[in-house]
Amino acid sequence: MKSKKIDKMPARLDLLQSATGLILGVFIMGHILFESSILISNEMMYRVTIMFEGYYFFGERYPGIISFFAGAIFVIFIVHAAVALKKFPNNYKQHKLMKNHITSFKHEDTHLWIVQILSGFIMLFIGSVHLYTMMAEPQNIGPFASAFRVVNQNMAPLYFLLLLSVVSHAFIGLYRLALKWGFMEGKNTKTSRRRFKFLMKAFIALYIIIGSLSLAKYIYIAYTNDLQADTRYQSTTINMKVH
Amino acid sequence: MSLEKKERLLKISILRFDPNDPEDFPEMETFEVEEADGMTLYIVLNEIREHHDNSLKFDFVCRAGICGSCAMLVNGRPTLACRTLTAKLDEHITLAPLPLFELIGDLSIHTGKWMRNLNEHLETWIHDKENEMNFDKLEERMEPELADEIYEIDRCVECGCCVAGCGTIQMRPSFTGAVGLNKIARYHLDPRDKRSDEEYYELIGDEDGVFGCMTLLGCQDVCPKDLPLQSKIAYLRRMMLKTSMKN
Repeated sequence: MKSKKIDKMPARLDLLQSATGLILGVFIMGHILFESSILISNEMMYRVTIMFEGYYFFGERYPGIISFFAGAIFVIFIVHAAVALKKFPNNYKQHKLMKNHITSFKHEDTHLWIVQILSGFIMLFIGSVHLYTMMAEPQNIGPFASAFRVVNQNMAPLYFLLLLSVVSHAFIGLYRLALKWGFMEGKNTKTSRRRFKFLMKAFIALYIIIGSLSLAKYIYIAYTNDLQADTRYQSTTINMKVH
Repeated sequence: MSLEKKERLLKISILRFDPNDPEDFPEMETFEVEEADGMTLYIVLNEIREHHDNSLKFDFVCRAGICGSCAMLVNGRPTLACRTLTAKLDEHITLAPLPLFELIGDLSIHTGKWMRNLNEHLETWIHDKENEMNFDKLEERMEPELADEIYEIDRCVECGCCVAGCGTIQMRPSFTGAVGLNKIARYHLDPRDKRSDEEYYELIGDEDGVFGCMTLLGCQDVCPKDLPLQSKIAYLRRMMLKTSMKN
Protein backbone atom coordinates (compact mmCIF):
# COMPACT_ATOMS: atom_id res chain seq x y z
CA MET A 1 0.00 0.00 0.00
CA LYS A 2 1.20 3.50 -0.84
CA SER A 3 2.66 5.34 2.11
CA LYS A 4 0.96 8.60 2.99
CA LYS A 5 2.55 11.81 4.10
CA ILE A 6 2.02 11.99 7.84
CA ASP A 7 2.51 14.79 10.36
CA LYS A 8 5.34 13.55 12.53
CA MET A 9 5.19 16.42 14.98
CA PRO A 10 2.78 14.91 17.58
CA ALA A 11 5.03 11.84 17.89
CA ARG A 12 8.15 13.98 18.16
CA LEU A 13 6.64 16.24 20.80
CA ASP A 14 5.56 13.23 22.84
CA LEU A 15 9.03 11.72 22.59
CA LEU A 16 10.57 15.08 23.46
CA GLN A 17 8.45 15.35 26.60
CA SER A 18 9.38 11.82 27.67
CA ALA A 19 13.08 12.18 26.82
CA THR A 20 13.57 15.56 28.51
CA GLY A 21 11.61 14.27 31.52
CA LEU A 22 13.82 11.19 31.71
CA ILE A 23 17.02 13.26 31.55
CA LEU A 24 15.79 15.67 34.24
CA GLY A 25 14.57 12.79 36.42
CA VAL A 26 17.88 10.95 36.27
CA PHE A 27 19.75 14.24 36.75
CA ILE A 28 17.85 15.07 39.92
CA MET A 29 18.49 11.62 41.35
CA GLY A 30 22.21 12.23 40.99
CA HIS A 31 22.05 15.90 42.00
CA ILE A 32 20.39 15.33 45.39
CA LEU A 33 22.70 12.40 46.14
CA PHE A 34 25.84 14.44 45.38
CA GLU A 35 24.40 17.30 47.41
CA SER A 36 23.95 14.96 50.36
CA SER A 37 27.72 14.40 50.52
CA ILE A 38 27.54 17.26 53.05
CA LEU A 39 26.01 14.72 55.43
CA ILE A 40 29.25 12.75 55.41
CA SER A 41 31.57 15.71 55.99
CA ASN A 42 32.43 19.19 54.77
CA GLU A 43 35.56 17.75 53.17
CA MET A 44 33.51 15.19 51.23
CA MET A 45 31.16 17.85 49.87
CA TYR A 46 34.15 20.02 48.98
CA ARG A 47 35.70 17.15 47.02
CA VAL A 48 32.47 16.48 45.14
CA THR A 49 32.31 20.19 44.29
CA ILE A 50 35.83 20.38 42.92
CA MET A 51 35.27 17.12 41.05
CA PHE A 52 32.46 18.77 39.11
CA GLU A 53 34.67 21.79 38.61
CA GLY A 54 37.10 19.52 36.83
CA TYR A 55 39.87 19.54 39.44
CA TYR A 56 40.53 15.81 39.21
CA PHE A 57 40.73 16.01 35.41
CA PHE A 58 42.64 19.24 34.84
CA GLY A 59 44.38 19.77 38.16
CA GLU A 60 42.65 23.14 38.50
CA ARG A 61 39.12 24.30 39.28
CA TYR A 62 36.92 25.69 36.52
CA PRO A 63 33.51 26.76 37.93
CA GLY A 64 32.54 27.63 34.36
CA ILE A 65 31.87 23.91 33.86
CA ILE A 66 29.06 24.18 36.44
CA SER A 67 27.68 27.19 34.57
CA PHE A 68 27.68 25.22 31.37
CA PHE A 69 25.87 22.22 32.85
CA ALA A 70 23.38 24.41 34.72
CA GLY A 71 22.69 26.17 31.42
CA ALA A 72 22.20 22.85 29.62
CA ILE A 73 19.80 21.63 32.33
CA PHE A 74 18.00 24.99 32.15
CA VAL A 75 17.44 24.54 28.41
CA ILE A 76 16.16 20.97 28.89
CA PHE A 77 13.97 22.22 31.74
CA ILE A 78 12.46 24.93 29.52
CA VAL A 79 11.87 22.52 26.64
CA HIS A 80 10.23 20.03 29.01
CA ALA A 81 8.01 22.76 30.45
CA ALA A 82 7.06 23.97 26.97
CA VAL A 83 5.89 20.55 25.78
CA ALA A 84 4.41 19.46 29.11
CA LEU A 85 2.34 22.63 29.45
CA LYS A 86 -0.01 21.05 26.90
CA LYS A 87 -1.24 18.77 29.68
CA PHE A 88 -2.42 21.69 31.84
CA PRO A 89 -6.09 22.60 31.71
CA ASN A 90 -6.25 25.61 29.43
CA ASN A 91 -9.51 27.17 30.53
CA TYR A 92 -11.75 27.33 33.57
CA LYS A 93 -14.19 24.80 32.17
CA GLN A 94 -11.48 22.15 31.77
CA HIS A 95 -10.20 22.95 35.24
CA LYS A 96 -13.68 22.54 36.74
CA LEU A 97 -14.40 19.28 34.87
CA MET A 98 -11.10 17.79 36.00
CA LYS A 99 -11.64 18.96 39.57
CA ASN A 100 -15.08 17.31 39.69
CA HIS A 101 -13.67 14.16 38.13
CA ILE A 102 -10.86 13.96 40.68
CA THR A 103 -13.12 14.69 43.65
CA SER A 104 -15.75 12.12 42.75
CA PHE A 105 -13.47 9.42 41.32
CA LYS A 106 -11.31 8.02 44.11
CA HIS A 107 -8.38 6.87 42.03
CA GLU A 108 -4.77 7.25 43.09
CA ASP A 109 -3.13 7.61 39.68
CA THR A 110 -5.66 10.28 38.72
CA HIS A 111 -4.99 12.11 41.98
CA LEU A 112 -1.26 12.05 41.20
CA TRP A 113 -2.05 14.21 38.18
CA ILE A 114 -2.83 17.11 40.54
CA VAL A 115 0.56 16.63 42.19
CA GLN A 116 2.26 16.74 38.78
CA ILE A 117 0.42 19.86 37.67
CA LEU A 118 1.00 21.69 40.98
CA SER A 119 4.65 20.70 41.41
CA GLY A 120 5.34 21.46 37.74
CA PHE A 121 3.76 24.87 38.08
CA ILE A 122 5.69 25.68 41.26
CA MET A 123 8.96 24.67 39.59
CA LEU A 124 8.38 26.98 36.65
CA PHE A 125 9.22 29.76 39.10
CA ILE A 126 11.46 28.46 41.85
CA GLY A 127 13.23 25.97 39.59
CA SER A 128 14.15 28.87 37.32
CA VAL A 129 15.49 30.91 40.24
CA HIS A 130 17.69 28.02 41.36
CA LEU A 131 18.97 27.23 37.87
CA TYR A 132 19.75 30.86 37.14
CA THR A 133 21.65 31.24 40.42
CA MET A 134 23.77 28.19 39.60
CA MET A 135 24.47 29.54 36.13
CA ALA A 136 25.36 33.01 37.36
CA GLU A 137 27.33 32.11 40.49
CA PRO A 138 28.94 28.71 39.93
CA GLN A 139 31.91 29.69 42.10
CA ASN A 140 29.67 30.01 45.19
CA ILE A 141 29.23 26.31 45.79
CA GLY A 142 30.87 24.60 48.72
CA PRO A 143 30.26 23.70 52.36
CA PHE A 144 30.42 27.36 53.52
CA ALA A 145 29.35 29.17 50.35
CA SER A 146 26.22 27.01 49.99
CA ALA A 147 25.42 27.35 53.69
CA PHE A 148 25.72 31.13 53.32
CA ARG A 149 23.27 31.07 50.42
CA VAL A 150 20.80 28.81 52.26
CA VAL A 151 20.70 30.83 55.48
CA ASN A 152 22.14 34.32 55.04
CA GLN A 153 20.63 34.79 51.59
CA ASN A 154 17.30 33.28 52.71
CA MET A 155 17.13 30.49 50.14
CA ALA A 156 16.15 27.76 52.66
CA PRO A 157 12.33 28.04 52.31
CA LEU A 158 12.62 28.15 48.54
CA TYR A 159 14.97 25.16 48.47
CA PHE A 160 12.68 23.15 50.73
CA LEU A 161 9.64 23.81 48.54
CA LEU A 162 11.75 23.04 45.48
CA LEU A 163 12.87 19.76 47.06
CA LEU A 164 9.29 18.64 47.72
CA SER A 165 8.18 19.63 44.21
CA VAL A 166 11.09 18.25 42.28
CA VAL A 167 11.24 14.91 44.08
CA SER A 168 7.54 14.14 43.76
CA HIS A 169 7.40 15.43 40.18
CA ALA A 170 10.46 13.43 39.14
CA PHE A 171 9.44 10.09 40.57
CA ILE A 172 5.76 10.31 39.63
CA GLY A 173 7.00 11.28 36.17
CA LEU A 174 9.42 8.37 35.92
CA TYR A 175 6.65 6.01 37.09
CA ARG A 176 4.32 7.34 34.37
CA LEU A 177 7.08 7.13 31.82
CA ALA A 178 7.60 3.43 32.46
CA LEU A 179 3.88 2.65 32.13
CA LYS A 180 3.41 4.97 29.17
CA TRP A 181 5.97 3.23 26.99
CA GLY A 182 5.58 -0.28 28.44
CA PHE A 183 9.09 -0.31 29.95
CA MET A 184 9.74 -3.64 31.75
CA GLU A 185 6.02 -4.26 31.63
CA GLY A 186 6.33 -8.04 31.87
CA LYS A 187 3.53 -10.52 31.32
CA ASN A 188 1.38 -9.12 34.09
CA THR A 189 1.10 -5.34 34.07
CA LYS A 190 -0.61 -5.38 37.46
CA THR A 191 2.48 -6.84 39.09
CA SER A 192 4.96 -4.60 37.27
CA ARG A 193 2.85 -1.52 37.95
CA ARG A 194 2.57 -2.36 41.65
CA ARG A 195 6.35 -2.68 41.82
CA PHE A 196 6.95 0.58 39.96
CA LYS A 197 4.50 2.33 42.24
CA PHE A 198 6.23 0.97 45.32
CA LEU A 199 9.59 2.14 43.96
CA MET A 200 8.11 5.55 43.19
CA LYS A 201 6.85 6.01 46.74
CA ALA A 202 10.01 4.62 48.31
CA PHE A 203 12.22 6.95 46.26
CA ILE A 204 10.03 9.97 47.00
CA ALA A 205 10.30 9.27 50.73
CA LEU A 206 14.02 8.52 50.57
CA TYR A 207 14.94 11.59 48.55
CA ILE A 208 12.82 13.93 50.64
CA ILE A 209 14.55 12.62 53.75
CA ILE A 210 18.05 12.87 52.26
CA GLY A 211 17.33 16.31 50.81
CA SER A 212 15.84 17.67 54.03
CA LEU A 213 18.75 16.37 56.08
CA SER A 214 21.25 18.00 53.70
CA LEU A 215 19.36 21.27 53.94
CA ALA A 216 19.32 20.98 57.72
CA LYS A 217 23.09 20.38 57.71
CA TYR A 218 23.70 23.59 55.71
CA ILE A 219 21.52 25.49 58.17
CA TYR A 220 23.51 23.99 61.03
CA ILE A 221 26.80 24.96 59.35
CA ALA A 222 25.60 28.54 58.86
CA TYR A 223 24.58 28.88 62.51
CA THR A 224 27.72 27.32 63.94
CA ASN A 225 30.17 29.32 61.81
CA ASP A 226 30.49 33.04 61.40
CA LEU A 227 29.96 33.13 57.65
CA GLN A 228 30.60 36.10 55.38
CA ALA A 229 29.87 36.23 51.67
CA ASP A 230 33.49 35.43 50.91
CA THR A 231 34.09 32.77 53.58
CA ARG A 232 35.38 29.67 51.85
CA TYR A 233 36.04 26.19 53.13
CA GLN A 234 39.74 25.41 53.33
CA SER A 235 40.60 21.81 52.67
CA THR A 236 43.19 20.34 54.96
CA THR A 237 44.72 18.26 52.20
CA ILE A 238 44.06 20.08 48.91
CA ASN A 239 45.46 23.52 48.21
CA MET A 240 44.79 25.40 45.02
CA LYS A 241 43.92 28.57 43.22
CA VAL A 242 40.51 29.19 41.67
CA HIS A 243 40.23 30.32 38.05
CA MET B 1 -31.64 -23.49 65.22
CA SER B 2 -30.96 -20.93 62.59
CA LEU B 3 -29.09 -17.75 63.27
CA GLU B 4 -31.25 -14.87 62.11
CA LYS B 5 -28.96 -12.32 60.45
CA LYS B 6 -30.24 -8.80 60.48
CA GLU B 7 -30.21 -7.43 56.94
CA ARG B 8 -28.87 -3.93 56.33
CA LEU B 9 -31.16 -1.18 55.17
CA LEU B 10 -29.44 0.29 52.12
CA LYS B 11 -29.82 3.97 51.35
CA ILE B 12 -29.56 4.40 47.60
CA SER B 13 -29.12 7.99 46.42
CA ILE B 14 -29.78 8.37 42.71
CA LEU B 15 -29.15 11.41 40.55
CA ARG B 16 -32.55 12.01 38.94
CA PHE B 17 -32.98 14.16 35.86
CA ASP B 18 -35.07 14.11 32.72
CA PRO B 19 -33.33 16.24 30.09
CA ASN B 20 -36.45 16.17 27.93
CA ASP B 21 -38.62 17.83 30.55
CA PRO B 22 -37.88 21.57 30.43
CA GLU B 23 -39.16 22.04 33.99
CA ASP B 24 -37.06 19.29 35.51
CA PHE B 25 -33.73 19.92 37.22
CA PRO B 26 -31.11 17.45 38.48
CA GLU B 27 -31.50 16.35 42.10
CA MET B 28 -30.53 13.46 44.31
CA GLU B 29 -33.31 11.17 45.48
CA THR B 30 -32.76 8.57 48.17
CA PHE B 31 -34.53 5.23 48.37
CA GLU B 32 -34.35 2.69 51.17
CA VAL B 33 -34.03 -0.94 50.17
CA GLU B 34 -33.55 -3.92 52.45
CA GLU B 35 -30.44 -5.85 51.51
CA ALA B 36 -30.72 -9.51 50.51
CA ASP B 37 -28.12 -12.22 50.12
CA GLY B 38 -26.06 -11.92 46.93
CA MET B 39 -27.80 -8.69 46.02
CA THR B 40 -26.42 -6.74 43.08
CA LEU B 41 -27.16 -3.13 42.19
CA TYR B 42 -29.14 -4.44 39.25
CA ILE B 43 -31.51 -6.15 41.67
CA VAL B 44 -31.64 -3.03 43.85
CA LEU B 45 -32.64 -0.88 40.89
CA ASN B 46 -35.39 -3.29 39.91
CA GLU B 47 -36.63 -3.28 43.51
CA ILE B 48 -36.80 0.48 43.46
CA ARG B 49 -38.64 0.53 40.14
CA GLU B 50 -41.06 -2.15 41.33
CA HIS B 51 -41.82 -0.90 44.84
CA HIS B 52 -40.82 2.76 45.06
CA ASP B 53 -40.87 4.63 41.77
CA ASN B 54 -41.76 3.10 38.44
CA SER B 55 -40.51 6.17 36.56
CA LEU B 56 -36.84 5.43 37.37
CA LYS B 57 -34.85 5.06 34.15
CA PHE B 58 -31.86 2.75 33.89
CA ASP B 59 -30.45 0.39 31.25
CA PHE B 60 -29.92 -3.33 31.40
CA VAL B 61 -30.15 -6.31 29.09
CA CYS B 62 -28.15 -9.33 30.12
CA ARG B 63 -27.75 -8.82 33.92
CA ALA B 64 -24.54 -10.88 33.71
CA GLY B 65 -21.79 -8.43 32.73
CA ILE B 66 -21.92 -9.32 29.05
CA CYS B 67 -23.91 -6.58 27.35
CA GLY B 68 -22.32 -3.55 29.03
CA SER B 69 -25.61 -1.64 29.21
CA CYS B 70 -25.79 -1.01 32.95
CA ALA B 71 -22.58 0.99 33.35
CA MET B 72 -22.98 3.85 35.83
CA LEU B 73 -21.08 5.78 38.48
CA VAL B 74 -21.27 3.88 41.76
CA ASN B 75 -19.93 6.16 44.50
CA GLY B 76 -18.20 8.09 41.72
CA ARG B 77 -16.54 5.03 40.20
CA PRO B 78 -17.63 3.78 36.75
CA THR B 79 -18.71 0.16 36.86
CA LEU B 80 -21.40 -2.31 35.78
CA ALA B 81 -24.41 -2.33 38.14
CA CYS B 82 -25.14 -5.99 37.50
CA ARG B 83 -21.69 -7.06 38.62
CA THR B 84 -21.58 -4.91 41.75
CA LEU B 85 -22.52 -6.71 44.94
CA THR B 86 -24.07 -4.45 47.54
CA ALA B 87 -22.32 -6.48 50.24
CA LYS B 88 -19.03 -4.92 49.11
CA LEU B 89 -20.31 -1.37 49.56
CA ASP B 90 -21.32 0.86 52.45
CA GLU B 91 -24.98 1.20 53.40
CA HIS B 92 -25.14 4.54 51.66
CA ILE B 93 -24.65 4.12 47.91
CA THR B 94 -24.63 6.96 45.40
CA LEU B 95 -25.57 6.28 41.80
CA ALA B 96 -25.17 8.67 38.87
CA PRO B 97 -25.17 8.28 35.10
CA LEU B 98 -21.81 8.06 33.29
CA PRO B 99 -20.63 11.52 32.24
CA LEU B 100 -19.84 12.49 28.62
CA PHE B 101 -22.55 10.34 27.07
CA GLU B 102 -25.93 11.69 26.00
CA LEU B 103 -28.34 11.45 28.93
CA ILE B 104 -31.65 9.77 28.21
CA GLY B 105 -32.88 10.17 31.78
CA ASP B 106 -31.79 9.31 35.34
CA LEU B 107 -29.19 6.52 34.97
CA SER B 108 -29.95 5.76 31.33
CA ILE B 109 -27.43 6.99 28.77
CA HIS B 110 -26.97 6.68 25.03
CA THR B 111 -23.59 4.90 24.91
CA GLY B 112 -24.53 3.27 21.61
CA LYS B 113 -24.63 6.58 19.78
CA TRP B 114 -21.21 7.62 21.05
CA MET B 115 -19.69 4.20 20.27
CA ARG B 116 -21.16 4.15 16.77
CA ASN B 117 -19.60 7.52 16.11
CA LEU B 118 -16.26 6.26 17.38
CA ASN B 119 -16.39 3.07 15.31
CA GLU B 120 -17.29 4.96 12.16
CA HIS B 121 -14.50 7.45 12.74
CA LEU B 122 -11.85 4.80 13.43
CA GLU B 123 -13.31 2.41 10.84
CA THR B 124 -13.12 -0.53 13.20
CA TRP B 125 -13.44 -3.26 10.67
CA ILE B 126 -11.03 -5.31 8.53
CA HIS B 127 -9.71 -3.28 5.59
CA ASP B 128 -8.68 -5.46 2.71
CA LYS B 129 -9.32 -3.99 -0.72
CA GLU B 130 -8.18 -7.05 -2.67
CA ASN B 131 -10.44 -9.52 -0.95
CA GLU B 132 -13.43 -7.29 -0.47
CA MET B 133 -16.69 -9.03 -1.31
CA ASN B 134 -14.99 -12.34 -1.93
CA PHE B 135 -16.83 -14.56 0.52
CA ASP B 136 -15.73 -17.83 -1.04
CA LYS B 137 -12.06 -17.39 -0.35
CA LEU B 138 -10.72 -18.96 2.83
CA GLU B 139 -9.36 -16.57 5.43
CA GLU B 140 -5.60 -16.41 5.93
CA ARG B 141 -4.42 -18.52 8.81
CA MET B 142 -2.85 -16.97 11.87
CA GLU B 143 -0.87 -18.29 14.80
CA PRO B 144 -3.04 -19.43 17.72
CA GLU B 145 -1.13 -17.08 20.07
CA LEU B 146 -1.99 -14.13 17.87
CA ALA B 147 -5.60 -15.24 17.57
CA ASP B 148 -5.77 -15.46 21.36
CA GLU B 149 -4.29 -12.02 21.74
CA ILE B 150 -6.83 -10.54 19.33
CA TYR B 151 -9.65 -12.43 20.98
CA GLU B 152 -8.54 -11.17 24.38
CA ILE B 153 -8.87 -7.51 23.42
CA ASP B 154 -11.95 -8.14 21.30
CA ARG B 155 -13.86 -8.88 24.51
CA CYS B 156 -14.65 -5.17 24.90
CA VAL B 157 -18.39 -4.65 25.43
CA GLU B 158 -18.36 -0.87 24.83
CA CYS B 159 -19.87 -0.19 28.25
CA GLY B 160 -18.20 3.23 28.47
CA CYS B 161 -16.56 2.74 31.88
CA CYS B 162 -13.07 3.48 30.51
CA VAL B 163 -14.36 6.70 28.97
CA ALA B 164 -15.96 7.83 32.24
CA GLY B 165 -12.82 6.88 34.18
CA CYS B 166 -10.49 8.80 31.87
CA GLY B 167 -9.18 12.14 33.14
CA THR B 168 -7.90 13.19 29.73
CA ILE B 169 -11.24 12.85 28.00
CA GLN B 170 -13.02 14.81 30.75
CA MET B 171 -10.90 17.81 29.87
CA ARG B 172 -10.65 17.16 26.14
CA PRO B 173 -13.74 15.39 24.79
CA SER B 174 -12.17 15.00 21.34
CA PHE B 175 -9.73 12.45 22.83
CA THR B 176 -10.28 8.93 21.45
CA GLY B 177 -10.28 7.17 24.83
CA ALA B 178 -9.21 3.67 25.74
CA VAL B 179 -12.14 1.95 24.02
CA GLY B 180 -11.09 3.37 20.64
CA LEU B 181 -7.36 2.85 21.16
CA ASN B 182 -7.99 -0.73 22.22
CA LYS B 183 -9.93 -1.35 19.00
CA ILE B 184 -7.14 0.15 16.93
CA ALA B 185 -4.64 -2.11 18.70
CA ARG B 186 -6.90 -5.04 17.82
CA TYR B 187 -6.91 -4.23 14.07
CA HIS B 188 -3.26 -3.25 14.07
CA LEU B 189 -2.42 -6.73 15.37
CA ASP B 190 -4.69 -8.47 12.87
CA PRO B 191 -2.75 -9.54 9.74
CA ARG B 192 -5.98 -9.57 7.72
CA ASP B 193 -6.28 -5.82 8.10
CA LYS B 194 -4.16 -4.35 5.31
CA ARG B 195 -4.12 -0.74 6.50
CA SER B 196 -0.59 0.65 6.42
CA ASP B 197 1.24 1.99 9.47
CA GLU B 198 0.81 5.47 8.01
CA GLU B 199 -2.93 5.02 7.74
CA TYR B 200 -3.07 4.00 11.40
CA TYR B 201 -0.93 6.99 12.27
CA GLU B 202 -3.45 9.22 10.52
CA LEU B 203 -6.15 7.81 12.80
CA ILE B 204 -4.48 8.02 16.21
CA GLY B 205 -1.06 9.64 15.74
CA ASP B 206 -1.94 12.93 17.39
CA GLU B 207 -3.13 14.39 20.67
CA ASP B 208 -6.71 13.29 20.07
CA GLY B 209 -5.21 9.83 19.74
CA VAL B 210 -2.53 7.95 21.59
CA PHE B 211 -0.24 10.95 22.19
CA GLY B 212 -2.96 12.72 24.14
CA CYS B 213 -3.08 9.93 26.74
CA MET B 214 -1.74 11.14 30.10
CA THR B 215 -1.41 7.58 31.49
CA LEU B 216 -3.65 8.20 34.50
CA LEU B 217 -4.83 4.61 33.94
CA GLY B 218 -8.39 5.16 35.15
CA CYS B 219 -9.41 3.09 32.10
CA GLN B 220 -7.31 0.12 33.13
CA ASP B 221 -8.52 0.20 36.71
CA VAL B 222 -12.27 0.43 36.00
CA CYS B 223 -12.58 -1.85 32.95
CA PRO B 224 -15.15 -4.49 33.98
CA LYS B 225 -13.71 -6.92 31.42
CA ASP B 226 -10.19 -6.42 32.76
CA LEU B 227 -8.82 -5.67 29.29
CA PRO B 228 -5.06 -5.04 28.99
CA LEU B 229 -5.61 -1.35 28.17
CA GLN B 230 -2.39 -0.09 29.76
CA SER B 231 -0.19 -2.40 27.72
CA LYS B 232 -2.16 -1.93 24.49
CA ILE B 233 -1.93 1.85 24.70
CA ALA B 234 1.82 1.53 25.38
CA TYR B 235 2.05 -0.80 22.36
CA LEU B 236 0.31 1.76 20.14
CA ARG B 237 2.49 4.58 21.44
CA ARG B 238 5.60 2.62 20.47
CA MET B 239 4.13 1.66 17.09
CA MET B 240 3.13 5.23 16.27
CA LEU B 241 6.55 6.55 17.29
CA LYS B 242 8.17 3.90 15.12
CA THR B 243 6.00 4.92 12.16
CA SER B 244 6.95 8.56 12.65
CA MET B 245 10.64 7.60 12.59
CA LYS B 246 10.42 5.76 9.28
CA ASN B 247 12.15 7.36 6.28
